[in-house]
Amino acid sequence: MASTDIATGTFERHGLSDEQLREIFRNMLLQRQLDNRGFQLNRQGKVPFALGSEGHEALQAGAAMAFNRGKDILAPYYRDLGLCLGIGLSPYEIMLSIFARAADHNGGRQFPNHYSSKNAGLMSFSSILAAHLPHAVGAAYAIKYRGEEGRAVLATCGDGTTSEGEWHESMNFAAVHKLPFVMLVENNEWAISTPLDKQMAQPEIWKRGAGYGMPGRRFNGFDPLETYAAVKEAMDRARRGGGPALVEGTCYRYLAHSTDDNDMTYRTREEVLEQRRKDPVPAFEALLLEHAIMTAQDVAAMRKDVLRETNEATDAAEALPYPDSTELYTHVYEGAWQPWQS
Amino acid sequence: MAVVSSNSTVMNNVEAVRATLYEAMKNDDRTLVLGEDVGARGNVFLITKDFITEFGPERVIDTPIAEASIVGIAVGMAMEGLRPIAEIQFADFIYPSFNQIVGEAAKIRYRSNGEYTCPLVIRTPYGGGVRGALSHSVSVEALFYHVPGLKIVAPSFPADVKGLLNAAIDDPDPVLFLEHKKTYRLIKGEVPNGHYTIPLGKANVLKDGKQLSVVSYGLYVHWALEAALGLEQEGMSVEVIDLRSIRPMDKTTILRSVEKTRKLLIIHEDNKFGGIGAEISAMVAEEALFHLDAPIRRLCGPDVPAMGYALPLEEEFMSSPAEMAEAMREMVKF
Repeated sequence: MASTDIATGTFERHGLSDEQLREIFRNMLLQRQLDNRGFQLNRQGKVPFALGSEGHEALQAGAAMAFNRGKDILAPYYRDLGLCLGIGLSPYEIMLSIFARAADHNGGRQFPNHYSSKNAGLMSFSSILAAHLPHAVGAAYAIKYRGEEGRAVLATCGDGTTSEGEWHESMNFAAVHKLPFVMLVENNEWAISTPLDKQMAQPEIWKRGAGYGMPGRRFNGFDPLETYAAVKEAMDRARRGGGPALVEGTCYRYLAHSTDDNDMTYRTREEVLEQRRKDPVPAFEALLLEHAIMTAQDVAAMRKDVLRETNEATDAAEALPYPDSTELYTHVYEGAWQPWQS
Repeated sequence: MAVVSSNSTVMNNVEAVRATLYEAMKNDDRTLVLGEDVGARGNVFLITKDFITEFGPERVIDTPIAEASIVGIAVGMAMEGLRPIAEIQFADFIYPSFNQIVGEAAKIRYRSNGEYTCPLVIRTPYGGGVRGALSHSVSVEALFYHVPGLKIVAPSFPADVKGLLNAAIDDPDPVLFLEHKKTYRLIKGEVPNGHYTIPLGKANVLKDGKQLSVVSYGLYVHWALEAALGLEQEGMSVEVIDLRSIRPMDKTTILRSVEKTRKLLIIHEDNKFGGIGAEISAMVAEEALFHLDAPIRRLCGPDVPAMGYALPLEEEFMSSPAEMAEAMREMVKF
C-alpha cells in the first residue's frame, strides 16, 4: 500500500482510529460479499440483473469515512455500493434494491444499485450518466444559499462519465460559484468496453481541475487511507467555504460491467489477473494484520459476521413481497393523476 | 402599466410575467430565478429587469450558456428544498436540456417512490411571427406533452399568465411554462391585483357558440377569436376555447362544447403531425364520435422543420385570422 513505508514498518493512518480502520475493512468485506451475492442470485435465476463494484472497495470505503452523516449530501452513480453502505445504508436495504421489493426506498422501481434515501442524504439518480451532477451542484448551491455551514456535497462518477457535457457544465458552475462540491472520479479504466485511450487523449482527469479553477488531485484508489485523506481534505475545504475540488482515484473494475456483459470480448484475462494482484481487500487486510490492528482471528470472525449479515439480509429481503401492480400508477404527480382533467 | 381601477391593472404579457415573478420572489426566499442574461440584462425581453438590484445575484443567477445544467441545477435545488424558476432564453434552446426535463425532472418523484420531489418551473418564450427564423420561433409543446410527470401551460392573456404562473410556482411538480413571444407586447389586458391562482388543467371558453367548437392556445387563440367574432357578421356562431393548459388538458370543457356544436376545429401553430391536435382528435373520436356531424379538422403548422427567416417563408408557415375564418366557414357549412 502506498501509505505503508515498508522500510520503517510504519504507515500513515491520517488520524483514523483503530476502530475506524476496522470499519473501513468491514465495509470492504461487505461490499465484496454483497457483490458476490448479487451475481449469485442472478445466476440462480432469482434476480434479473446485478452490477458489482469489485475493485472499488478501498476507494469507496475510504471516501465514505470522509462523509459526515446527517450533514453532507451524496450524489453517487450506480457503481457505488461501498459509498452507500459507508454513509449508512444497510445490507438489508441493498438487498431490497436487488430483489426490487415493495419496501425498497424506490419501491422496486429502479434498477439495483440505484439507491436513494432522503434521510441518509443520498440523492436519487438515474442510469443516465452525468445527469446527476447538475443536481449535486444545485444541492450545493442550496447549501451555500441558505448559509448552512459545515455541509458539502460529495458527487461521484466513473471515468466514462467525464466525457459527458453535463460533467463539464457542473464542474464549471460549481467553480464559478465556489460551491461546497467535491467531484470524486472513480477511474477504473473502462467505460463498459471502451478503454481510457478511446475516451480521452489526456488520461489524467485530475489535471482538468486547473482548467476550471479548482484544485485537482489524484490518489491511489486501491489504498483506502490515501483515498480518505484526499477526499477528506477536499470535503473539509468545501465545508469551510473554500470551494469545489476534483479528486480522482485510480482503481480497476474487476468484474464485467454487469451480469449482462462479457468483458472477455474486449479485454484480456491477463490484464484482469494483473490488476487482481493489486487487489485492495487482501492488501488492506495484510496492513491491519501487520500493524496488529486486527488479528487473524479477528479477520476470520469479521468475515463470518459479514457473511451472516449478508445471508440474513438476503433472506429477509427475499421473503418480502414485490410492490403491488397498482403501484405502477402512484407518485407520477402529487395526488391523483390524469393527463385529461375532468 | 396603467391602473384602471383599484382591483385590476392593465398589463401586457411581459408585464404580467414580470409582476408575477416579482411577487413570488418577494413572498418566498426559497424562490430563485436562473438562466442566461436574467441578471444585469434583466432577460432579453426585460422580464427580470432590475430583479438583480432588488433581490441580489444569489437569487437572480446569470448562468453560463449551458441549458442542460440550467435545468439540471434547478432540479437539484428543487430536490433540496428551494423553489427555482429556470429560464430557457428561447424555447428553441431547450433541446440541450431535454434529458434533464424528460429523463430527470419528470421522473424524480416517480423513481424515488415519492421520497424526492421536483417543484420546478421552467419558463420559456416560444412561437413565431417575430422574424425569429429557424432557431427563435419554434413551438416545443408536442415534444414534451407525451411525458408523464410533466405539466405544461401555455397561457395567452395577461390575467391567465398571472394566475397560471402563480399556480405553476405553487405546484409540487415540474411545470413547463410556455410564453408566446409574439403575444408578449401585442396582447394587453386587465390583470386582477393581489395574489390569485388559476388551476392547471382548466380551459377557458372565450366565446360561446352553437355551430362549431374551435380549440386553440397561444397566439393563435387570439386570431381564432378575432376570426370567430368576424363570422358573427355572417350569422355564424363559433365557440372558441383557450386550452391554457396542455398537460393536464381539460377534457370536460372540450367534450361539453363538441357535444353542443357537433363540430370540432383545432388550431395550433406547432406542426400538425403528432401535435397537440392529434391527441385532442383521438380523445374526441374515442369519447364523442357519435356526437359529430363533420370530420374533425386541424389547422396547424406545416410539416417542415421550422419557419424561415425570409418574410415569405415565415408568412407561409404562419396561419392568419383570414385563413382561420375560412376554415371555420367551411366547417360551419359542412
